[in-house]
Amino acid sequence: MSNDTVLVLVVITALAFDFTNGFHDTGNAMATSIATGALGPRTAVAISGVLNFVGAFLSLAVAATIASGLVDTTVVTLTVVAAGLAGGITWNLVTWLLGIPSSSSHALIGGVIGSTIAASGGSAVLWHGLVSKVVLPAVLSPIIAALVAATGTWLLYRISRSMTTAARGHGFRIGQIGSACMVSLAHGTNDAQKTMGVITLALIVNKTIATGSNAPIWVIVCCALAISAGTYLGGWRVIRTLGKGLVEIEAPQGMAAESASAAVILLSSSFGYSLSTTHVATGSIIGTGLGKKGAEVRWNVAGRMATAWVFTLPAAGLVGAGAEALAHGIGGTWGVVIDLIILVALSGFIYYRSRGSKVDPNNVNAEWTGSVAPAEAPVETAAA
Amino acid sequence: MSWINLTALWKIVVFGLIAGAGLTAIFAGGLYSLSLGPRTVHASADGSTSESDVLVGGNVLGMVGAAIAFLIVLAAIGWGIYEVYQIGHPAVKH
Repeated sequence: MSNDTVLVLVVITALAFDFTNGFHDTGNAMATSIATGALGPRTAVAISGVLNFVGAFLSLAVAATIASGLVDTTVVTLTVVAAGLAGGITWNLVTWLLGIPSSSSHALIGGVIGSTIAASGGSAVLWHGLVSKVVLPAVLSPIIAALVAATGTWLLYRISRSMTTAARGHGFRIGQIGSACMVSLAHGTNDAQKTMGVITLALIVNKTIATGSNAPIWVIVCCALAISAGTYLGGWRVIRTLGKGLVEIEAPQGMAAESASAAVILLSSSFGYSLSTTHVATGSIIGTGLGKKGAEVRWNVAGRMATAWVFTLPAAGLVGAGAEALAHGIGGTWGVVIDLIILVALSGFIYYRSRGSKVDPNNVNAEWTGSVAPAEAPVETAAA
Repeated sequence: MSWINLTALWKIVVFGLIAGAGLTAIFAGGLYSLSLGPRTVHASADGSTSESDVLVGGNVLGMVGAAIAFLIVLAAIGWGIYEVYQIGHPAVKH
């Protein structure tokens, strides 16, 4: 029984998760810039991809938290990690299909916790760490982001009220690009780290590296590449929901939202909270709708997202637990292989389903009519 | 072990407001300052009512003020990235 085979499979699966993490979260940084026309859709995802790559090298703080703060690492096996990743990837793909910006971090954490419980019972989970480091920040961070974004929006409109609408739009589109770049950078420092943490955990479990080691350089480079490639692919379905579905966004609102997101994400990671960039970005966009007089927040869209957020941890956890049970039942390397074959088949099916209601750079900004996929006849809204 | 770190919480709120809302406000002040002057006042060229999106108004004091505002924003961003790097690489801290 070759443990190294399983290790290679786990690393590949982890990088696949990182890739889904990238395209699922492109919208957090770039949705508002694409919606206001500050950046062309393809340019936006290219810039975001590069900055995610750079950001992955900027800070290694979050990787450590993921590797050791949530489950008892002494009982974790490679199979548990693989099953957890399967749970995370499945949830990411399902929510992407539905165009819901849910948290990739929660999907990953939920999956790993689910597979750990299936393998060793609830006592292997560090519940206090889970609540204080994951659940509470998940509740508080969107509220804080909304507060900051609403304040910023109000200030921007107040200060620039005597400028012409056209000049104001021009100026703030420039500022918006800058702040969106900061969010992309922050995303790299935060989310790329989570996969690095998981791969590091797998390497420690396999005794390839010593307990307490930092992520080896090849892990950092691979994760940076995977997340930036995913980002460059662009999760157009999620971008559309964030940019068009929640609030109709003007350039000053976009800048306020992105600045709030960047500030809250970077500050929180420096305090060791590996929070969800998705929750923060969504909170910011809602806040910017609240901060502008007359702007409308589509609360039904927001409610749909919040529902998905509540289900992310348990749903990914259930898939993770199921995958672990199956792999354990079959046993050994084959258990992991069968798990991954099912995962690949499921991914193919979800991709096939997405083709039926395609969202791409050409129709991402089409008028919001209540659904992720725009109406059949592609409305030529030639982004202004 | 407490469930919630109140010190971290209020710091994130206060510094979040300073960096997230305050810096954008300074940027907005810079834009406003830049737009001061004669060039943006008369927008109607051939009787059309289309607005000018010209950013530079032409007032020298306004431009100096704008430059200062934009420099503050850039410096703050640079310092922020440096801080993140420092915190994220404790081993190489000098």
